[in-house]
Amino acid sequence: MTDSIGTPATEVVLCPGGPALIRSDVAVVDVIVAEGQSVARRPVVALCRCGRTGRAPWCDGTHKLAGGPTAKTLPTRKDEP
Amino acid sequence: MLLPRARGPLSGLLRHLLLEGTEELAELDATARGRAATMPALSALDDEDLQLSLWMIYELSFRGFDDVDDRWESAPEVAGLRAVLERPFEQALRDATTSWTERALAVDGDVADQVFALAAGFDEGPDLSKFIRKEATPDQVRHFLRQRSVYHLKEADPHTFVIPRLTGPAKAHLVELQYDEYGGGRSGFLHHELFATTLRQAALDDTWGAYIDDADAPTLASSNAMSLFCLHRRLRGAAMGHLAAFEATSSIPCRRIAAGLLRTGFGEDAARYYDEHVEADAVHEQLAAREICGTLVRTGDVTARDVLFGAAACLVLDALQATALMAQWEDTGASDLAEAPL
Repeated sequence: MTDSIGTPATEVVLCPGGPALIRSDVAVVDVIVAEGQSVARRPVVALCRCGRTGRAPWCDGTHKLAGGPTAKTLPTRKDEP
Repeated sequence: MLLPRARGPLSGLLRHLLLEGTEELAELDATARGRAATMPALSALDDEDLQLSLWMIYELSFRGFDDVDDRWESAPEVAGLRAVLERPFEQALRDATTSWTERALAVDGDVADQVFALAAGFDEGPDLSKFIRKEATPDQVRHFLRQRSVYHLKEADPHTFVIPRLTGPAKAHLVELQYDEYGGGRSGFLHHELFATTLRQAALDDTWGAYIDDADAPTLASSNAMSLFCLHRRLRGAAMGHLAAFEATSSIPCRRIAAGLLRTGFGEDAARYYDEHVEADAVHEQLAAREICGTLVRTGDVTARDVLFGAAACLVLDALQATALMAQWEDTGASDLAEAPL
């Protein structure tokens, strides 16, 4: 859906190794999940994409705990083997 | 709030200047310059007298003091003193973060990947949130809340000063993040109002500045670092890197702290501030790291090194705060804390 000047009214940003950010200037985001529905209360929301969140459908940062295929790590210290 | 009590000669002379006028200005200037010149590396982060003095000066740009004329904020005597005190503070932050910044810069990826890798790999200091979830006594939790009140009761305010220094998408996303911090325009839902509720539920004073006299040096330094970064245009990259690291180390610890507040019997109203931050900061970390810092570096407005300096400073100061709290808890039995003035 776009407005008259071609700007999307709803934008989805896929964060590598993380959630999908959803921002909409039409209405608050309303997500239907198995247990019912969950209405966002903030201007931009993050939807879980790893399936491990404790706050479905929202991201709660859990994707960071186990790393993941796209997670980057610091190089080891110079004094470490 | 009233000016805090002095913690040494510097804050004593500064108090006198702000309350009484300029009689001892030469002595204050000499004391500040002498302290700055002779301060060993890193010790600025642990110097109560210096940190409290800086905190008092910065606070003139936020809510001020009931017993101080607001005109002191832009008085040349105070601006000059601020510059003298900021120099060893900034240098100490750079010294404490260089190795972390270098390691983060070596991560193959964009600055957001580097911030997330730094936050995940940073291993200084004890894990305070795990301790609060599992072991802390109610008095230790209240001690933690008193220290955190120094920043959380003005949460997000420093970063608002950065908005006019950014342009385009980075500015739009910082405003978006701040709007959420300020409750989406709903009075009563500002994050610092949610923290005030937490304080009241823990039978603590939610008045701004109520516990400033108890704030330890790392707590003052953490608040001061945000003011330093956010009140200087040249440090806007560090300000946004600090924000990104703060948000990237928030969701999971907040979930643990909320569990700790429930475990120690403070109730759901007390835990709400932390509960709100589990979801909020899972959004904010992406906004800050990718859409704010990522854009700023991609467009050449700031460097990745600027951003990572601020990010590492946030983590180092957080570790110093955690270390100080845990050390105090090891030295002092919970019963002694209960008897200490609130």
